[in-house]
Amino acid sequence: MLRFTVRRVLQLALVVFVLSVLLFAWLRALPGGPVAAILGNRGTAESRAQLREALGLDEPIFVQYLAFLGRALTGDFGTSTGVSPGKPATELFLERFPATIELSIAAIVLALIAAIPLGYLAARHRGGWLDNVGVVGSMIGISIPIFFLAFLLKYLLSIELGLLPTGGRQSAGIDATRVTGFFVLDGILTREWDAALDALKHLLLPALALASIPFAVIFRITRASVLDVLDEDYVRTARSKGLAQWVIRDRHILRNAMLPVVTTIGLQTGALLSGAVLTETVFAWHGIGEALALGFERKDFPVLQVVIIAAAMAYVLVNLVVDLSYAVIDPRIRTVRKGS
Amino acid sequence: MLQLRVARPRRIALIGLAGALAISMSACAESQRESGGDSDGGTLVFGATGAPSNFDPFYASDGETFRVTRQMFENLVGLKPGTAELEPELAKEWKSSEDGKTWTFTLQEGVKFHDGTPFNADAVCKNFERMYNQTGAGATAALSYYWIENFGGFSDGKQPSLYKSCTAENDSTVVLELTRFHAGFPTLLSQDSFGMQSPAAMDEYKANDVKAQGDSFVFSEYARQHPTGTGPFKFSSYDEGNGTVELVRNDEYWGEQAKLSKLIFRVIPDETARKQALEAGDIDGYDFPSPSDWDALEQAGFNLQIRDPFNILYLGITQKNNPALRDLRVRQALAYAIDRENLVKSVMPEKAEVAKEMYPPTVDGYADDVMEYPHDPEKAKQLLKQAGHENLTVELWWPTQVTRPYMPNPQAIFGAIKEDLEEAGITVKPISKPWAGGYIDQVEVAKAQLFLLGWTGDYNSPDNFIGTFFGTTENQFWTSGSPWGKELAAALEEAASTVDPAQREAKYQEINRKLMSEYLPAIPLSHSPPAIVVSPDVQGLVPSPLTKEEFAPVTVSASE
Repeated sequence: MLRFTVRRVLQLALVVFVLSVLLFAWLRALPGGPVAAILGNRGTAESRAQLREALGLDEPIFVQYLAFLGRALTGDFGTSTGVSPGKPATELFLERFPATIELSIAAIVLALIAAIPLGYLAARHRGGWLDNVGVVGSMIGISIPIFFLAFLLKYLLSIELGLLPTGGRQSAGIDATRVTGFFVLDGILTREWDAALDALKHLLLPALALASIPFAVIFRITRASVLDVLDEDYVRTARSKGLAQWVIRDRHILRNAMLPVVTTIGLQTGALLSGAVLTETVFAWHGIGEALALGFERKDFPVLQVVIIAAAMAYVLVNLVVDLSYAVIDPRIRTVRKGS
Repeated sequence: MLQLRVARPRRIALIGLAGALAISMSACAESQRESGGDSDGGTLVFGATGAPSNFDPFYASDGETFRVTRQMFENLVGLKPGTAELEPELAKEWKSSEDGKTWTFTLQEGVKFHDGTPFNADAVCKNFERMYNQTGAGATAALSYYWIENFGGFSDGKQPSLYKSCTAENDSTVVLELTRFHAGFPTLLSQDSFGMQSPAAMDEYKANDVKAQGDSFVFSEYARQHPTGTGPFKFSSYDEGNGTVELVRNDEYWGEQAKLSKLIFRVIPDETARKQALEAGDIDGYDFPSPSDWDALEQAGFNLQIRDPFNILYLGITQKNNPALRDLRVRQALAYAIDRENLVKSVMPEKAEVAKEMYPPTVDGYADDVMEYPHDPEKAKQLLKQAGHENLTVELWWPTQVTRPYMPNPQAIFGAIKEDLEEAGITVKPISKPWAGGYIDQVEVAKAQLFLLGWTGDYNSPDNFIGTFFGTTENQFWTSGSPWGKELAAALEEAASTVDPAQREAKYQEINRKLMSEYLPAIPLSHSPPAIVVSPDVQGLVPSPLTKEEFAPVTVSASE
């Protein structure tokens, strides 16, 4: 187990290194850059050259990369030029990361709460109305573009009904204490209930929009997996033995059906960032998804570098956790590993 | 059975929770709306497109930063609300020597900075000395753009500077000495970058402590957390996690106090999201609504105010990579080929105007009698024939991923021009690039043959328009390669240094005539009015042609 973990961590380091080289070279090979983003069409050829020099963009790319790598190893990814000019990119990332995590957790929790019971029920009542509604709903969930869903949700719940805010993480003017950067949790920890409720209210719509794809995917996998398990001999045996319904459901069906579902949850959690780019932009949610979108628009190299590298690390880490959790869920894997 | 026993209470709890949430949320929404309507003018929440870069206006050059800093800082001279005309601000009056090099300002008395220190002649000089003595990163265009553009160099003497010295004659009299006459002085002092800041606060929080680091700049503690001006609002907080900047009323303000008790800027980079936030009542207004939304916003009862245009959109002509464009007749043919009336009517926003020259008519030196180019494709064809370029092929560049107040829909503008040029028999090769992804860079080094670009004025002076475009021969139009490039730059310099206003006006008029008849380095297309929109609850907002709105006179009445 230890060896397995060490090997995976080394793989992670290699992936991150290769990614950093490719990313660095790719960003600088793109036309334009921070000078155009900062000065626009204001400024002379001379002032542009001066700015390139000040930003170190006139050095050979190899020298630039080494300088970047040296600083990055100490956690310094440079300073934002466009998303939040003047702010160290690492600080910006750390500040915005909780926003994305808060949104992602909310989305995945919403997806799980709905998808697993519905997937199970749909499989148990295959061909019934719930199954049909679920299948059609999940198809819509997968195929509907997030920005369109976000637009619909906003239109209905915010603009027409006035129930929820259209965006942001907290109402302007609310005096909230920041502890962890997770606004809802902060409100609870500091017992500022108004702030917690206000943050929760802001969280709901983007989380719903972001949950659409993981919901659909997890629903379908759960349904398919439960259908497979239902046909297994041990389930039939359990039934014929007259075991209680909940024992059959929890110990025999769900436990065995969950393995592919957990893999999917892991992959979906990693993929949430791509959904977050759109969701955060539409809902002015100041997380790393929005930073990524703005970073590309404004050619903010430091922000793009820190966000993409950190996102890649997070993705690999989540998959590592998923792999390790297999052993916990499926005793057979544990036994095999122990044996070997 | 157990399944039901467990599930039912959970389901009931869930429904209950959802219900409670909905009720409390709507209650919350109501209480916010109520609190927005304090009897003293309330709180205004304004949507911003981007995060401010910092709060030290001297180190800023972007509109979103100035939108915030201009509420906190005041300048020696200001602009009459709703116009580009000069009026007193921290200086009550001023006079200049005959040669226009010595300016004596009489200051308002009894003015204090937000930190309680007095604003006086000494503070003015400390501000100017601070700006003039920038070094290192602080002396680069990324940080001191407006100083470099207006004053030139710094005390290191590498570049000549307009600034010579500042003397505090007594508490309320300050004398600024310039190295030469400048036609834009003292109007240029109305620009946000030259706002007066508290010397004590700048010292305490090390305002000049700005340095290049990695790929960018790190600002001082002063610029991030302690901006200290004399204005009607003072800095309260910047919550980056939530994208909000909060200012509060300065109760010690020397003039008429702000009516709002709080002014909050909320960063919403996505245009549609800003519109929806306004519709849902989450914000009270935002700037530059897309012209395609104007009608819908007005019909929904929002107060859409269209500013007077103070900008120019032009079709730049670079002669470098297409020798045919070096022939004046070819450039004139392009001008005749473009149906600018139709362009303005079909693609530009309401109240946009066809441009006759390279800046709007409200700017000094505008000549009414310049050569005009009415839409005439036949004449264009004739001119091309005379020039021997009947089969002219041109690259037409247009930017993507951008809208500017002068160019609200680049693709549509490009489409209309392409069609017009093709009608005159010209073959058009379209080239599109993202604004910060190659467009600006390549246009600036004269790579584009024909390109769409524009300019919004910083203050009322021809020097800020044609002076910026053609004041040197190193420019996007490649005037260094034209026989008249140097002549034009010299004429602009001469005009800018002419002390007598009438003579100066005449010189600029003459330049404008020649620009349109003899030089034609670009074809002026239009002046577009940018709009600003606020909810019907907001009163007292005076739109500025320079987009320099001040929120102090604004009130927000209780809604619903």
